[in-house]
Amino acid sequence: MSAIPTTLRSIAFAGFTIVSAIASPKTFDLQDPKGVNAIQFKLDSILEPIAGTAGAITGTVTFDPSAIEATNGKVSAAAASIVVPNAKMNEHLLGASWVDAAKHPEISFAFTSLTDVKSVGANKWTATAAGQFSLKGVTKEITVPVSLTYLEGQFGTRLNKPELGGDLLVVRGEFSVARGDYGIKPGESEDKVAPVIQLTFALVGGAPKS
Amino acid sequence: MDSWRVLVRGASVIGILFVFSFWSAKGYNRGWSQNQVPVKNIDPVTEIEFTTFQKRFIPGLDYLAGGTALGLTLFAVTFLRRRSHNLS
Repeated sequence: MSAIPTTLRSIAFAGFTIVSAIASPKTFDLQDPKGVNAIQFKLDSILEPIAGTAGAITGTVTFDPSAIEATNGKVSAAAASIVVPNAKMNEHLLGASWVDAAKHPEISFAFTSLTDVKSVGANKWTATAAGQFSLKGVTKEITVPVSLTYLEGQFGTRLNKPELGGDLLVVRGEFSVARGDYGIKPGESEDKVAPVIQLTFALVGGAPKS
Repeated sequence: MDSWRVLVRGASVIGILFVFSFWSAKGYNRGWSQNQVPVKNIDPVTEIEFTTFQKRFIPGLDYLAGGTALGLTLFAVTFLRRRSHNLS
């Protein structure tokens, strides 16, 4: 008689474990082994816009497809990884009067949850991420419209090792900040370089099968 | 006419022509000169468009303007006359 409850308990425990494994949030590492991740920026300027990328991306996003609102994470870019096509301009951008990469080596955005979550397709959502954006040692609260795409089982496939399994999460977004708010030449040279920096990002995070 | 003036004028004209030819041969870039050129790529699985940079030089309007200005300055220098010393 006592064997039946024990079996039932075992089945219930196994079921709970499976459900927990499926539903539990996963942590996606943004340090992409293929080097695809980057934050792109653009500033209108005389002659042509100054456009470049910051490529050394690190950070994590914790994501649960059954609780999108609870998604949180931090994205960081190494300021020294900023690249623009013109070498002299690159030197200026990394210098003390612009991003001051030597003194402030990290540009980051940290968010704790998502709002306005809408499903826009199978495993695709749009939302608004509110969090702290830090640039040149100044941190400010901002909101960023983002889109999320959950690619289940694609982590290993992307690395040509399907046996690895695991999932991918693609996060895209676009926002702009006033450079003066972050101590970058406030009120200066606005006739030559626009006061607003437009930032675009498309990042993929990987969560190997645990 | 001094022979150096002819030489400098010839050199400056050739220089201006070279600068313009090089700029036009490299694609008439009407922006700033580029030391590394952005190339767009797409990751097939995630469909993320990402940029890589190729190390090569593409002259821009700054190169064209600088080269032309230098050539014109050299050309103009040949019209300067040596100050004559009146010994009488």
